[in-house]
Amino acid sequence: MVSQFVQLSVIGLANGAIFALAALGFALIYKSTGVINFAQGDFLSVGAYALYAGVATFGLHWSLGMLLAIAVAVVLALLVERLLLRPMIGESSIAVIMVTIGLSSMLQAVLLMLFGNAPRRMPRILPGGSIDLLGATIPVNRLVAIAIAAVVLGLFTVFFQRSRWGVAMRAVADDQPAALTMGISVPRVFAMAWALAGVSAVVGGLLVAELVGVSGTVAEFGLIVFPVVILGGLDSIKGTMVGGAVIGLLVQYTAGYVGGGLQQVIPFVVLVLILLVRPYGLFGEVRIERV
Amino acid sequence: MTDSAPTATATTAAGATRDDAGGPGPLLAINNLEVIYDEVILVLRGLSMEVATGQIVALLGSNGAGKSTTMKAITGLLPTEHGETTDGTIHLRDTDITHADPAQIVRAGASLVMEGRHVFEHLTVHENLVAGGFTRPAETDDGIAEVYEYFPALEQRRDQAAGYLSGGEQQMLAIGRALMASPTLLMLDEPSLGLAPMLVEEIFAIIQRLNRDLGTTVLLVEQNARQALDIADQGYIMESGRIVLDGSAAELADNPDVKEFYLGMAEAGRKSYRDVKHYKRRKRWL
Repeated sequence: MVSQFVQLSVIGLANGAIFALAALGFALIYKSTGVINFAQGDFLSVGAYALYAGVATFGLHWSLGMLLAIAVAVVLALLVERLLLRPMIGESSIAVIMVTIGLSSMLQAVLLMLFGNAPRRMPRILPGGSIDLLGATIPVNRLVAIAIAAVVLGLFTVFFQRSRWGVAMRAVADDQPAALTMGISVPRVFAMAWALAGVSAVVGGLLVAELVGVSGTVAEFGLIVFPVVILGGLDSIKGTMVGGAVIGLLVQYTAGYVGGGLQQVIPFVVLVLILLVRPYGLFGEVRIERV
Repeated sequence: MTDSAPTATATTAAGATRDDAGGPGPLLAINNLEVIYDEVILVLRGLSMEVATGQIVALLGSNGAGKSTTMKAITGLLPTEHGETTDGTIHLRDTDITHADPAQIVRAGASLVMEGRHVFEHLTVHENLVAGGFTRPAETDDGIAEVYEYFPALEQRRDQAAGYLSGGEQQMLAIGRALMASPTLLMLDEPSLGLAPMLVEEIFAIIQRLNRDLGTTVLLVEQNARQALDIADQGYIMESGRIVLDGSAAELADNPDVKEFYLGMAEAGRKSYRDVKHYKRRKRWL
């Protein structure tokens, strides 16, 4: 009993780590630029495939493979921002959403062209093996995945609280005209948000490649981003962590204790409930109203 | 500043008196500025004015005269509102900032405190100031210490979200945040808006102190003409997108037209409102 619970918890948190990293990129872009990016899952795919290409195809050391993947994702993110979304500034949000949906299909198609349909075997990067925890056999790479996500999310949090650019990005999210009068370059902040989202997608891609495998289904993580960010609050980093963990655990517990495919639906049940009860999520910014 | 002939002629044409008797040239010189919104709405039609170094200059005028537009033109914010400078020049010292972007203008030394305060509501007081010092990262800590000296109330609230400050504190934060860029020209758009009279006095006293202690030149846009002329050295009065009257603050405060229209003091007792309206409609400067 206990061992099953521990196992489900660890696997749930490890999946939650992927959700959280995917959601982080989404929240970064939404918060800074107001764009709802439906292509976030595909960025995760790009990260995973770029890493696969570096490590498996070119035979690079995993650290170089990571750098390559980060470079690819950041360049792609910057191009997307500059060429597709900056011209859309001021257009209606539906139009912008359509652009990101189109982008999603395009990225999928390009990946399909380059890598085909068959799932790829990724050489192991994280340590393998398993350990015994309270009677449960826990794969070490799941634990490492959780740790990686925690560290990355922690770094992002510190960046936004302490660094000059982090504060500037939050300032732009808060009040763009005022940020302009401070000499903060809004286009550069937008570019930075996309670049950081690219970085988080690569880390997420690493975990996906490791835990799930590299295939066309990676992009499906893009869909689960929505329950995660709606639960956590669309614009909150803390929210992506908690949202990712909660959804990850919920899916595993449902699969383990209820079963019957309900685990596939449960995140979206949460999504609907949250929208009904608390539309700004657990940690989303509530509009400050002074009386 | 007499470096270019068009500068001089444009200024004279608009009837502005030149005021560079011996001192250095003006810090800010606007010549014949024309601003159009949405490609059709002409808001500034040949505005010319100067702000001399070290002075407090008040820019007065009724609603819709184009005061805020003038501020936005100086700070490069027009493109964010589909506005565009179609003619004329703006110089900050010798730098042409007519078409510069906001960041360049802040770095050149002109900072704006926007109308309605516009603090970053979800950022703490401290973070607001950090954002204000974005262009001068090396001096951020010193700058924050200095702002807290002028506004001790802000230091007590340093870790609070700015959205929860009172209106007066928000205005102080907005001014402090602008000071973080260490501007030579501080522009304030309606700093008294929505504040209690006592707070307005406090804010104006601080503006005077900043001008005196730091030597910051101040361009003050106000509806509250009496108070603005009280602390100003020079004044300009705008109507329909151009300057219609200018002079020293004392001269303006004595001018019978200004008294009637902006200071609410009619010469010959109280007339009926209807007469005033008719009279106003008939009588326009220009």
